[in-house]
Amino acid sequence: MHGVCFMIEVNNIRTSFSTGFIRRRVVRAVDGVSFQVEEDETLGLVGESGCGKTTLGRSILRLIEPDEGRVVVNGTDITALSRSDLRRFRPRMQMIFQDAYASLNPRMRVRESVAEPLKIHRMGDRAAIDRRVRELVEEVGLNEEHLNRRPYELSGGQNQRVVLARVLALRPEFIVADEPTSALDVSVQAQILNLIRDLGQEYHMSCLYISHDLGVIRAISNRVAVMLEGRIVEIGKTADVLDRPSHPYTRRLVAVPVRETPEPLESPVFPAAPAMVEERPGHWVEETTA
Amino acid sequence: MNAALLEVRGLKVGFPTPDGLVRASDTVDLELYHREILGLIGETGSGKTVLGMAILRLLQPNTVIEGEIRYRGRDLLSLPEDEMRKVRGREIGVVLQNSGTSLNPVYTVGDQIAEAATLHQGLKGSEARHRAVELLDAVRIPDPAVMAREYPHRFSGGMRERALIAMALACSPSLLIADEPTKGLDAVTKREIIDLFAEVNRDRSVLFITHDIEAAATLATRVAVMYAGEIVEIGAAGEVLSDPAHPYTRGLLASLPERGMRPIPGSAPSLITPPPGCRFSPRCATKDCKSEHPGLVEVGPGHYARCMLYDRG
Repeated sequence: MHGVCFMIEVNNIRTSFSTGFIRRRVVRAVDGVSFQVEEDETLGLVGESGCGKTTLGRSILRLIEPDEGRVVVNGTDITALSRSDLRRFRPRMQMIFQDAYASLNPRMRVRESVAEPLKIHRMGDRAAIDRRVRELVEEVGLNEEHLNRRPYELSGGQNQRVVLARVLALRPEFIVADEPTSALDVSVQAQILNLIRDLGQEYHMSCLYISHDLGVIRAISNRVAVMLEGRIVEIGKTADVLDRPSHPYTRRLVAVPVRETPEPLESPVFPAAPAMVEERPGHWVEETTA
Repeated sequence: MNAALLEVRGLKVGFPTPDGLVRASDTVDLELYHREILGLIGETGSGKTVLGMAILRLLQPNTVIEGEIRYRGRDLLSLPEDEMRKVRGREIGVVLQNSGTSLNPVYTVGDQIAEAATLHQGLKGSEARHRAVELLDAVRIPDPAVMAREYPHRFSGGMRERALIAMALACSPSLLIADEPTKGLDAVTKREIIDLFAEVNRDRSVLFITHDIEAAATLATRVAVMYAGEIVEIGAAGEVLSDPAHPYTRGLLASLPERGMRPIPGSAPSLITPPPGCRFSPRCATKDCKSEHPGLVEVGPGHYARCMLYDRG
């Protein structure tokens, strides 16, 4: 498309879960989502809880298998990869989760946690791994004395730094960050966000940044996608979408005080996804009937 | 100014540990007036929750507590336990942190709300259940009669928060202590909870504990900022949050994504051996005050800050 090389191309991803034992019900959590992320770009993904943000993030990395759709990462169609090929591809795409404490093995010291991905993917001998671990720990703003600590001896922010070091160890091209700062205090959040932004540039990572905090999204992402009931309803440049929202839902999301109680969402009915219209260059909105 | 509903005087709370006494709250003075929402903000570990739990006397028995907590003139700290039980829930309601774990998973939400009404107001079975439905309706749970018979896992995060608010309000307490009621909620749900909070607490005093500065700005009439167990700034919400006097408050506001996202360097100090002098001095860019410990000084009408910039002995 116009000669732009997309790092990540997500094409018509659908993921559903079935619930219920006797009366099976199918919930379609992600309902036909397509977008691209360019090299070095951070795409923010916003929406309220239950809209499918996390499922989308996981589906893209095949941590949950999507029902259909295609994900192309730097030319490789990862949806077509076999399990073993996918495993070999894993270092190139990584995920950061919301709860850093739960992401780390409680029995491992920082040194072991950060070395683990390097060992699994056989990136160097013991001495090289040890050197790299020290380098990484410093890069994320920790120091020597933290190397022998375990997760319970670190604060939430420090644990998130360890997680970041583990992710960077593999030099991924693409990361999905799922609310990595929502459990942190604002001043710690600012430290971690700055770190993610700076290291993202240094390591040339493309990033899908999932958050429900519009302030965070504004600070960290180049473009933003707004998700509602499993679909992206609006996508474009961050300032453009947040300052001049077009879709009624985005307007509600960015409105300062919402006084009226919104109607409870109806039980899942799945009409055909409306088409996306390019309203302004690079700013797409789902077509509304109104 | 009307008389204070709650007065905290020289409150010190310490937790004995093998490494020494953790001074989670150090000489806190605070008044809460009738029908005021006081926002208590500060970072994790600054002592916000401990202060709330100390007022309710819900801290573990080996906790070292000094000072006075006067509610309607009575010192809660010297009250016998059976008297205190009548205060909790009936006089002082509480919405605890973590709506997910505050509800009992094996009882229906309605039964849990009815429990308060049964215990404190002596309502019987169907009356209490009826009251629970009324309360769920008041906090805008759709289909309250049906939802009262559901178990907590059927409730979303926002609905659980509403249920907890309903539970806290079951006996119409004069004081409500709410600990991080907007934590973990998405932007839209958070705004709904804040709106609901403002509405149901019109005639009540609320101690609103939060690290969400936006929520405090929307809801609170006054704001107290805690750092390392001390109140470092207190005053009218608009004033403290738009024209902060203490360097820590300024740093906290500057670290918000929408205000530049500049973090405060360093991290919070140990509460076992707090830094000498001003506790914020190791991280403070404005002034280096290792030798003097500043007191709370009035910097504007009803606006106090604990900083050597203003404390001239």
